[in-house]
Parts: sequence; C-alpha cells; structure tokens
Amino acid sequence: MSDARDTVAHAGWLTADKPSLPDEIPLTLKRVPSGVDEVMTEHLVVNMGPQHPSTHGVLRILVELDGEEVIACESVVGYLHRGIEKLAEHRRYSAVGTLMDRGDYVSGIHNEMAFALAAEKVADIGVPRRANWLRVLMGELNRIASHLVWYGTMGLDTGAMGQFLYAVRDREDLLDILEDVTGQRMMFNYVRPGGVLNDLTPRAEKKIRAFLSTFDAYLDEHHALLGGNEIFQARTRGIGVIDKETAIAFGLTGANLRASGVSFDVRRDRPYAAYDEMDFDIPVAESGDIYARYLVRIEEMRQAARICRQCIDGLPEGEHTAKVAKVLRPPAGEAYAAVESPRGELGVHLVSDGTDRPYRMRYRPPALFGLQAAEAITPGTFLADAVAIFGSVDVVLGEIDR
Amino acid sequence: MNVYLVALLRILAALGLMLLNGVVLIYMLRKVLGYLHVRLGPMELGPHGVFQTLADVLKLLTKEDPTPTHVDRALYFLAPGIVFVPSLMAYAAIPFTGTWVIADLELGLLYTFAIMSLLPLGLVAAGWASANKWSLIGGMRSVAQQVSYEVPLLMAALPPVMIAGSLNLTDIARAQSAVWFWLPCLPAFLLFIVAGLVEANQTPFDMSEAESELVAGFATEYASMKFGLLFLSEFSNTFIFSSLLVTLFLGGWQVPFVPVDALGGWAAVVFLIKVYLVIFVLMWIRGTLPRVRIDQLLAMGWKVLLPASIVWVMLTGAAVKLWPMVFGGVQ
Repeated sequence: MSDARDTVAHAGWLTADKPSLPDEIPLTLKRVPSGVDEVMTEHLVVNMGPQHPSTHGVLRILVELDGEEVIACESVVGYLHRGIEKLAEHRRYSAVGTLMDRGDYVSGIHNEMAFALAAEKVADIGVPRRANWLRVLMGELNRIASHLVWYGTMGLDTGAMGQFLYAVRDREDLLDILEDVTGQRMMFNYVRPGGVLNDLTPRAEKKIRAFLSTFDAYLDEHHALLGGNEIFQARTRGIGVIDKETAIAFGLTGANLRASGVSFDVRRDRPYAAYDEMDFDIPVAESGDIYARYLVRIEEMRQAARICRQCIDGLPEGEHTAKVAKVLRPPAGEAYAAVESPRGELGVHLVSDGTDRPYRMRYRPPALFGLQAAEAITPGTFLADAVAIFGSVDVVLGEIDR
Repeated sequence: MNVYLVALLRILAALGLMLLNGVVLIYMLRKVLGYLHVRLGPMELGPHGVFQTLADVLKLLTKEDPTPTHVDRALYFLAPGIVFVPSLMAYAAIPFTGTWVIADLELGLLYTFAIMSLLPLGLVAAGWASANKWSLIGGMRSVAQQVSYEVPLLMAALPPVMIAGSLNLTDIARAQSAVWFWLPCLPAFLLFIVAGLVEANQTPFDMSEAESELVAGFATEYASMKFGLLFLSEFSNTFIFSSLLVTLFLGGWQVPFVPVDALGGWAAVVFLIKVYLVIFVLMWIRGTLPRVRIDQLLAMGWKVLLPASIVWVMLTGAAVKLWPMVFGGVQ
C-alpha cells in the first residue's frame, strides 16, 4: 500500500509467501521490473487501473507479471479522494450525513449510521425505540443491496456477465424501497443524529413485504447460478486464501474475517441500534478462500432478510426521531462508534470542541484493510486470480479513498 | 460462363455471406444476451431495434481511427487483414446443400482447419503491434490456446470422417442420411464442442479478450473499421465453427425422415437454421458461464481433451473395421 507519491516504502516485501514484517527494507524499487530469469526473459509490469474494467472504480494496481503469474503487486489508492474527513470539519452535524453517503456509496445507510451513532454518543442524545428498529430495517435492506452488487461484480470478475444483471434486477427493487422511504436511491441522508428522517409509509411497508416474500427464492437461484457453477468453483476454491492469523494481522473485519474462521460481528459483539433485540446467525467459514467469502456473503444476505422480517413484523410504535436541536452543539469530548457495514467494521471517531461543527472526524474504512490483505496474498497467483481476489474482498473505492 | 467470372462471383458470395452473418450475429448477440439478462437490448431503431446493427456499422465506418504513437505501423495495419482473410477463406468448403458449395474440395475438412489455424497469427500480430501490454498478453494467450486445442479439435472431427470415409465435407454430410453422427460419436461431438468453443474464442474460453482481465485483449488499441474487421472475423469464426459442427455431426442440410430431393432449395435454409440454432446455444453458454483460467484451460486441453479424443478415435477405428465383419457388410 502506498499513495501516489510514495515510491520506496516497503518495497518488495510482499513477494514473500506469507506476509511478515521485513527484516530490512530492500533498497530496490518494486516498480522497476526486477526479475530476469535463467532464460533471460524480463518481467512485465502492467498498470491495472485506474481505467480497467475490473478495478471496482478507480483502483490502480501495479502488477509485475512473469508470463501470467503475478510476482508482485502494489495497489495505488487516492484517485477518488474527496477529503470527506476534512470537509466534515466544516459542516454542521446535521450535514455530515450527506458526506458519509458519498464515502461508501454502495451502503450509505451504514455510513450515516456510524456518524449518527458517534454524534449521539458525544451529544448524549437518546434515540426512540422505533427509530432504532427503522435503522436496523433500512440498514439490512441496504446490506442486501450492497452484497448483491458484490455478488454481481464477483460474477463479472470471473467472467460471467449474466449474474451481474440478475443481481441488479433484485437490487433495483431494494433501491426502489429505499427511495420510497428516504427520498433517494443511494445518497440517502436518512439516518440523522437522534433518529431517522422519515417514518415508514404503508406503501413502503407493502413493498418491503413483497420484496421479502420473493427474495429467498431469488437468492437460491443466484447461489445456484454462480456458486453452484463448476467453473466458478474451480476459479475460487483454494484461491486467495487469507488464513486466520493474516486476517487478524491485517485488521480485517466483516465477511472477509468471518470467511477466515473468526466469528466477529459488531452487530452481535458490540450491539448498536436494535440489534440486541434481533435474532440472527453469524455465518462463519473456515477455509478463507474466495469461495468461503462468497458463501459467507450469500448467507449474510439470507440472515439480513431474516432480520428485515423481524423488523417489519415487530416494529414498535412511537416517534421516529428524538427531539433534537436544529443546530446541534455537543459538549466538548470525543466518541467512537462502529457499525457492521457490509464491508466490515465501519467506525467513526468524532471529536467535538463544543461548536456546531465537528473538530475532527476520523472514518475507519473497512474496505481499505481488505485491500491491503488482498495485495498481500495476490503474489504467486495468476493474473485472472488477482482480479478475482481483489473483487472478493469487496473493495469500494469511495470508501477507501474517502 | 467464364471460369474467372464464376470464381469471382463465388468469392463475392462468400464475402456477402460473411458481412450478412456479422450483421445478423451482432443483432442476435444483443437480443439473445439481452433476453437472457432480463433486459431488452436495443429497442429504438426500427421495430425491436432491428436497424441498430445498421447504425453500428455506420458508426464503425465513420468513426475516427486514431493510431497510437508507438505501434509497429505496418503490422498494426496488416493484422486485421491477416485475421480477416482466413476467416473469409474458410467459407470455401462449407456445404450449404449437396450442390451449393463455393469450392467442393476433396480435402475440405483439412482445408478448413488449415485455414483457421492461420488466425492466431493475425491475433498475435495485432497484440504485438499494438504496443500495449494487455494486447500482448491477449495475443500470446490466443496462440497458446489455439495451439493447444488444434489437435483435440481435429481428433474430435476424425470419427465422422472415418465413418463417412471421406474428408470432403459434402460427402460427410451426405453420409448422415441414415443417422446423424452426433449419436454414434457422442463423445467426439462433445469434445468437438468444447475444443471448438476454444478455437472460436467463445465464453467460457474467451481468453484472448477476457474483458475483466485484459481490458479488450488483442483488440484494445483498435478502433473504427479495424476493430470492425477483427470482430467481423470473430463472428465469422463462430459461424464457421457452427457450420462445421452441423456438417460433421448434425446432418448438414438434411432433415430426418424427409428425402433430400423433397427439400430442394430449402436445404440451404435448413442448414442455416441449424447453424443459427448452434450459435444460439453458444450465446446461451456465453450468457451463463464464468470464464476458466488460462492454466486450467491449457491443462484441460492437454490432459483431458487430447487423451480422450485419441481414445475415441481408436475406438471408432476399431468399430468401423469390426462393424462389417460382425454385421456382414452393412457399413
């Protein structure tokens, strides 16, 4: 991992079989084609991205190839940097949510929720029970939408085009629901400090029920179409293995961590919103390969739908938001709040100096850690595997670059 | 009539067929893939977008054609031609009916394979000349896969040849009047489909232009009609492969239980319908399956397809020799 200016840092150490801290930092630049083998062929250094069909946005990966084999790879991030953390210092608390949406644009609700939770902690605002349930409901719907995008792009990365369009078909229903409730398809700004923007309308409730009534069957179809495919399994089983130690060492969270056999989920282990009242399972896989990450995410969609059903059936009566001042001025102090976004633990550390704007907002993007782990395990695989590995850890560049 | 005039007309017919096939396949690709993908495909130009292809062709013809700075100019301009010409020549031996064939060659099957094996030359030239690393990898992949699958493809085509006792494609098709060869040669039929998918560069084996890995493979740096030629030849290869499949295994222009004479000129239509049904299946595969990895592809070619096709050729050879002995001359 390096930014665009950095040319020397930790060069070459990722070429080792297992990532470990280097004994001494090599002086050679990793970016210079270094390999000349016994038949005097040189390695090829290719720029995968920022314009490339499968870099999920504007990721740039420098890949050193020996034929088809990846010898070293280095990801270069920052092409989508918008300075969300800095911008947040110049926005009132009520307006930061719009920035957070633009972080991880695939799962906006979770980003807003992380900020809202941190703001509530620092300003000591209580949230009505109904608002918490609505947060969980919308969050889980958004999780399904996000995982569907992942499923579809995983198909694209392994060369299957249809899966993406089937996934987008179902996601369209979800975006329709989210638009009905929040007024926006992706940039919701729905979860605000103190509660949520709108209550659920009967029409939206009907749509959600309709979606949930068919989704499990659709999910089985999706799973059969991609996961049940012989070629997909040959491409993903045993490829891109992140073992338990590596996963923990890289600070992976979310489905990537659970696919490596560590059962950790912020929703269960540090419950927020109304997750302590929900009944759901945390899927865990042991093998840590791409297929394990795939299975975990598929099962998470099923569990998310289950949580949605509980929410819609047991939605408590009450207000959808607490009475919050128009201009929020929390007392000086700081707070950290984390949510389980579809990509892992998404945390917001908020420092208040008593004014109406945050003094500092730090945003922990889970996909960044996934990207680093992917970068570490890619050397030694084939070019086609590299694409699948980077896709499998679910990188969203909006979140990584912030 | 003048011999040269006839030859020229035949070549023009092949060219016309190739262009028409390209137009049909672009439309078919969009619509078939579209409906497989629960979307509509082009709908604006004409009823159900039938004139979209026309607009595409116009676009390809009129588009600016920039040449990248560092390309090997001669090869860069030549490569689409090197790809295009063999594709066109391959039409020569395809029998559309018992009498409609551009050139009725005694070694038609061998000729078609020989001509088609020139294709990777053009692809690797395009990849090399483009001065683009993705193109280069694409070109190298195309050579690797075509070299590996040439032999299994030819081996898979041998059982029908042995049963029909001829390398002439017309004779092979005619020999299927009793039973289409896919039934007695089922393993060879399946092997031929797999090897043919590789040779025609079709999903799940579209290694040389794998868009999620290599951007657009060997075609990355090509624009305008040069790109058009590359893709025309690809569509044409799909057609050639499908017509070989139909000729070798699916009875050519014949319909079961209908005497050939009764078909008359409709035989060509029957042939084309069969070819496009095969192409439909190819598109179905394309809309569904992920892509295999290049090493898996090569391993499958050398370790599975080649031995399997050799074994089946031996079995067929033995059967062809033993059949008359056992059943008394009914070959």
